[in-house]
Amino acid sequence: MDKRLFLSGNEAVAIAAKDAGVSLGVGYPGTPSTEILENFAEFGGRAQWAPNEKVALEVAIGAAFCKSRVISTMKHVGLNVAADPLYTVAYSGTPGGLVCVVADDPGMASSQNEQDTRRHAVAAGVPVLEPSDSQEAYDFTIKAIELAEKFNTLVILRVTTRICHSKCIVERAEKVSTEPVKEFIKDIKNRVMIPAYARMAHRKMRQRLADIQAINEESDFNKIIKGANDELGIICSGISYVHCRDAAPEANILKIGLTYPLPIEKMRKFAESVKRCVVVEEGDPHLYEACKVNNINVEGKDEMYRFGELDVNRVKRILAKDTTPEEPPKPGKPPQLCVGCPHRISYEILRDLDCIVSGDIGCYTLGVLPPFQAIDAVVCMGASIGMGLGMRASLPESDARRVVSVIGDSTFMHTGLNGITEMVYNRPETGHLVIILDNATTAMTGLQEHPGTGRKLDYTTANKIKIEDSVKGLGVDHCDVVDPLKDKDGLKALIEKRLASNDLSVIVVRRPCILALAKDKKMAEKNA
Amino acid sequence: MDNKVVNVTFAGLGGQGVLKVSDILADAAFLAGLDVKKSEVHGMSQRGGSVCSEVRYGAEVFSPMVPTGSSDFLVVLEETQVVVNDHKLAPTGVLLTVNDIDMDKLSNKKSMNVALLGFLSSYLDIPEECWTKALKNNLPEKIQEVNFEAFKYGASLKK
Repeated sequence: MDKRLFLSGNEAVAIAAKDAGVSLGVGYPGTPSTEILENFAEFGGRAQWAPNEKVALEVAIGAAFCKSRVISTMKHVGLNVAADPLYTVAYSGTPGGLVCVVADDPGMASSQNEQDTRRHAVAAGVPVLEPSDSQEAYDFTIKAIELAEKFNTLVILRVTTRICHSKCIVERAEKVSTEPVKEFIKDIKNRVMIPAYARMAHRKMRQRLADIQAINEESDFNKIIKGANDELGIICSGISYVHCRDAAPEANILKIGLTYPLPIEKMRKFAESVKRCVVVEEGDPHLYEACKVNNINVEGKDEMYRFGELDVNRVKRILAKDTTPEEPPKPGKPPQLCVGCPHRISYEILRDLDCIVSGDIGCYTLGVLPPFQAIDAVVCMGASIGMGLGMRASLPESDARRVVSVIGDSTFMHTGLNGITEMVYNRPETGHLVIILDNATTAMTGLQEHPGTGRKLDYTTANKIKIEDSVKGLGVDHCDVVDPLKDKDGLKALIEKRLASNDLSVIVVRRPCILALAKDKKMAEKNA
Repeated sequence: MDNKVVNVTFAGLGGQGVLKVSDILADAAFLAGLDVKKSEVHGMSQRGGSVCSEVRYGAEVFSPMVPTGSSDFLVVLEETQVVVNDHKLAPTGVLLTVNDIDMDKLSNKKSMNVALLGFLSSYLDIPEECWTKALKNNLPEKIQEVNFEAFKYGASLKK
């Protein structure tokens, strides 16, 4: 085994999962988390895409109820989708090594918000580990599994864009414990969360957190770097740690790896050991607020540093209490829909027809930029249909008829089906039109498979769920399939006709992504 | 060896091979036994937007991101991206751009990125065998020869 490797954080998590005998990885693609499962599959692990994060976590919970070691991967907003199972499996616990790897995106390189997953962990009541580089991404993945098994709890491994996509040198462990024998042991009171048992489980969960907090006071998840003198101390976690090492080489540093439940007494002792103690953390003031609640005398960062990523210069500014305006980043060339992208045609039509477009998350969100500017609202995965129905319900008839929901094929499989159900159930008086831009892949995150492509994560054949069958099954009035390249005028005429009617219509605009075609050719050659 | 960390920033547009050359440099430093970190933001590069990748190497590297204004070398593969990135260069830093390359000297214009990497290599203290191995590790076999040529041409450019 090659011990010294040069790995991204995502690769490090994947290889650690393999080394730790994780028998199943399940998730939904989302930048910056996507490559974890792809890499896990490349290293020989069993990895699969679920239709969405909620289902992914539920599959993982079931596996962990049978003592499996299992990882569930997603981006930060994906955890919102999976929040329902998360908050209750936090009560029930599982006997397995259940780790939920969640990738936050401070600075929003490729996301619609910059929420901090540590808040979810506190609210749900599950421990969080925060690695600061690829080595720790490797080490903490293994430790997260061990922690999960020891305390019968789901553990969140919180990574961020820089951790996921930065490469660092990693040494693999010599020996890692093996996955226990899988079995289902009947344990109704800890598996069935009816109120009577959930009341007990909630108390157990709080006790579990207290027990983990106790071990965290002495655990090697946290480390202290001795400084040149006792002038300055920094409490930090995650990527901020490495920035601090560069920004303040003379400082004492308490780097926290297990950031919930926190080692409060260790933090107090550290803060008391220095003349000035500053908390440096990206995103929300999670560590800082815990210090304040516990009367630990620390300084936080100015509110201006809550936005975006930190880097070495920004950490220097935080330490210097510099709140002068920062240079805005120079605008580079924004991404755009590829030349030859089939989505272009749809957006040209919607722009020319002056539609009110309720949009969704994917490559096709780029239709909001010039020369189209043909999307009027985007909030989260699957929201296009529900929001469009709300608009139809609110606007006077002439404007209601202009409302179109636009969603991609992978997003439709993720949470779009629920919107169709709502449309059929609470039918607007003017009907509604949903356009599904089907490019036969999850393009934005790098061409992943989904339940509508007919292939699994590893490119082997799967059952293919046909969009038109599913919407017809739910009861829409019309479902047409159009190739936008072959019949642009026909597509435009059809959209106009459907908008003028009071019917519930779906138009599947079907043409494969040009990048996916290139990938298909490559995979065909590889498998030949 | 002294403790100085070398900071290199690569910039260009999606599809030009910015990430590829930063991979090769990082691998070469890795093979030379140095500590090395590399940082970039994925996700948008395939759609033709601005792309930037940073490599830091030395005895011990902490942050994977090159602090603004600290790049010892800024390597820019596309002219319009110079002005977007030049604030990243250290006052004493060296700017290498696509304009330093005579495209007629390349048998395949797509290897411009590797020619610039070759030019960069002439400034850096990384053994030749590490470069050779890193190029082999990171390029498919059928395009290795043309890229070796491009690298060699770039390395010969040092003024």
